[in-house]
Amino acid sequence: MASVEAPAKNVTINPLKLSQPLGGATAFMGLDGCLPMLHAAQGCTAFALVLLVRHFREAIPFQTTAMNEVTTILGGMDNLETAIVNIAGRAHPKVIGICSNGLTEARGEDIKGDLKLIRAKHPDLADTALIYAATPDYTGSFQDGWAAAVGAIIDELVHPAPGRNLRQVNLLAGSHLTPADIEEIRDTVEAFGLAPIILPDISGSLDGHVADAYVPTTLGGTTLDDIRRMGRSVITLALGLHMEPAARRLEARCGVPVETFPRLTGLLAWDRFIAALARISGKPVPQAIRRRRSQLLDAMLDGHFFFGEKKIGIAAEPDLLFTLANFLADMGCTIGAAVSPTQNPVLESIPATRVVIGDLDDLEQAAGDCDLIISHSHGRRVAERLGTIFFPAGFPVFDRLGAAQRLSVGYRGTSDLIFDIGNLFIADDAEGGEHAATTSH
Amino acid sequence: MLQHKLQHLFEEPACATNRAKDDKARKKGCGGKPLTPGNAAGGCAFDGAKIVLQPITDAAHLVHGPIACEGNSWDSRHSKSSGPMLYRTGFTTDMRELDVVYGGEKRLYKAIKEIATRFDPPAIFVYQTCVTAMIGDDIVKVCKAATERFGRPVIPVNAPGFIGKKNFGTKLAGEVLLDYVIGTEEPEITTSTDINLIGEYNVSGDLWNVKPLLSRLGIRLLASLTGDARFHEVTKAHRARVNMMVCSQALINVARKMEERWGIPWFEGSFYGVPETSTSLRTIAKMLVARGADAALIDRTEALIVAEEARVAAALAPILPVLQGKRALLYSGGVKSWSMIAALQWAGMTVIGTSVRKATEDDKSRASALMGEAGELYENLSQRDMYAKLKNGDADILLSGGRTQYVALKAKVPWIDSNQERHVAYAGYDGTIALLKAIHKELTSPIWAQVRTPPPWED
Repeated sequence: MASVEAPAKNVTINPLKLSQPLGGATAFMGLDGCLPMLHAAQGCTAFALVLLVRHFREAIPFQTTAMNEVTTILGGMDNLETAIVNIAGRAHPKVIGICSNGLTEARGEDIKGDLKLIRAKHPDLADTALIYAATPDYTGSFQDGWAAAVGAIIDELVHPAPGRNLRQVNLLAGSHLTPADIEEIRDTVEAFGLAPIILPDISGSLDGHVADAYVPTTLGGTTLDDIRRMGRSVITLALGLHMEPAARRLEARCGVPVETFPRLTGLLAWDRFIAALARISGKPVPQAIRRRRSQLLDAMLDGHFFFGEKKIGIAAEPDLLFTLANFLADMGCTIGAAVSPTQNPVLESIPATRVVIGDLDDLEQAAGDCDLIISHSHGRRVAERLGTIFFPAGFPVFDRLGAAQRLSVGYRGTSDLIFDIGNLFIADDAEGGEHAATTSH
Repeated sequence: MLQHKLQHLFEEPACATNRAKDDKARKKGCGGKPLTPGNAAGGCAFDGAKIVLQPITDAAHLVHGPIACEGNSWDSRHSKSSGPMLYRTGFTTDMRELDVVYGGEKRLYKAIKEIATRFDPPAIFVYQTCVTAMIGDDIVKVCKAATERFGRPVIPVNAPGFIGKKNFGTKLAGEVLLDYVIGTEEPEITTSTDINLIGEYNVSGDLWNVKPLLSRLGIRLLASLTGDARFHEVTKAHRARVNMMVCSQALINVARKMEERWGIPWFEGSFYGVPETSTSLRTIAKMLVARGADAALIDRTEALIVAEEARVAAALAPILPVLQGKRALLYSGGVKSWSMIAALQWAGMTVIGTSVRKATEDDKSRASALMGEAGELYENLSQRDMYAKLKNGDADILLSGGRTQYVALKAKVPWIDSNQERHVAYAGYDGTIALLKAIHKELTSPIWAQVRTPPPWED
């Protein structure tokens, strides 16, 4: 159990935190045929867009209501209406995902009310889903915005429906999962003969693919039809603690029970997930999965030499921090410094003596004696200044290729993580390298 | 106060758009077309202000607002420093809900105090943002109190994002330099060949391709506004003999007002491409001599141009046959809309079109004259149309910024970065060599033939 501390600080130095609207819009990008939009000044979208483009290395559909100082005083409904009408006419999205920000929320925009009026005025928008998530950037962070968007999608689109589909399983995917992680999860669920509905599904839209034509919206992702069927599923698996509130809302509305998986990286964590799928499907664990498990055991046996008693400094969003810290502790590491951008109940159960709510400067101050620094790419300079090796994780990762394809869930993803981080230790530590040679021969 | 400043900037008489107007038309402003909700792209005024001021490397840059403004944008520009790194540290008051309710002035003051105590910078720039502007935080007042209390300039930058586009923010930042920085200190010595470069931000080290040329000519760069600048250099910029304005729109108010206040003549030029680099050096020399520098400077300059142009030609000789006749599409802003055309044409390439989104009327006519009838000017080329052009094979390469990078790549068309996020310096003679070599490397990559080959199981 960690003690969670929020040092009194009046200035944030080298931010770790990303804004809620950015997290919300990224979740909307996991819907098929979607055009996400910030109800904010145009610069907010521009900044967020640059980060998304640098991370995913993709063209990202992303719009803005382009609020200015006059509309901030007079009210933003006209901008919201014009934006929706323009987008619908030009890009024909199936859904427009609208995130507010600090400006429009602090002003007290009644966005829900505005959307009702806009709908009434424009019957031609009947086929376009309009989903609004409240995501002021003066509270929360990326994963909170993501959670708000997923909650809003469920509130707007999922309604009670008669009958249960006993093979259909809802998976609410948290912001700490990559497109490759989601592919792995889908393949695994399908291996049990189950039909997963994954929300949001960025593995369809942000996995890095080359389409044959220009598409102004997301291409791939959860379809509206699938979302509307979620009320008939046999269970909702919340992947990440921040997905649980949305899963509970779906449960309250449609009676679909919930099982939460705080993490999916690590042998025992994935065992629990596999066991749940076996139970839900009533099928034995397929041979291929058993073999992957055996391969992970081998990776742990081979790799643990390089992890033992290594001291790690991590700064990440709460659920990713929880996942990585536990994985590294599983491998024998000590968590020397743990920093989260926001307060969260999960922080208390992180395997460290102390978790700081803070920024990358707090990481730098606390991680002086660490052997490895893990954070999003902005942390690379912290590692440089400390003379420590660096492993980028989370969002944004712009100093490595293939951020979307990095796999770290499941038996295979855990093995990959052992190899990737273990190889960093080996390269960094000549003695460790020799140790490997003597142990394996 | 801010409204007054805004009106004043709208009326900027040297602004290319305004030059063509009478006094009455000018009063109506030059803010450009209002943004279209749902069909807008690009940065805000805060972004523009930060682009101009952040390259002052030894200053602290503190953003007063909620996390998005700094948290989503810091550490993404490649303006380089030869020394201090403080400018790369992201500082923000990271306003929380209670600060929004009760006002953030106290938090801001304490933030300034922490920065002054811990980092001891020569100056602190404080950036206003939309939310703090809306709730009425008076950053001018806070900065004034902090300047007195902490014994160094604490400078308010009143350019919240929602007042306009990026270009407007750059001008507001120029006003900040004029109001709070330039002319506040005197240089120890001055020379007859002191110049300033205005609007050169040392992106990926552009300035370092130019500064050695100036040194070889015996020209002293008194201040760079603001690439690789130190705060106490910028304060002394008013003693230069000539100003060169490197990026046409962005800081025109600075060049004009420095002429008005201190009698410094200025010209507009570019260091992109061989022809423009040579022209700019010639103009600097000529203007300095006109103001009393030794006339031999002109001969030295001509000699350097001859030598450098020969050097560039020799360095590029092996690759020019490949570039010959290749068609480029330019999607860039302002001065680059035409200076890049000249740079590519020098290498025998054809430019099929250029965007003139952020360009002045002057920029447009220059671009048009250079390209001739074959080249198009795009006020607003949509991504869909750009994709269609590229997919159709209208161009062999796209030169643009990161936001349109994937339009080209998804159409399986070569691309290189010509914007501020790029990692290679393209200014000056060495920059021209680097640019054309980069284009050559991209055009001759073996991947293009492979990715365009359909799989064997398709026709």
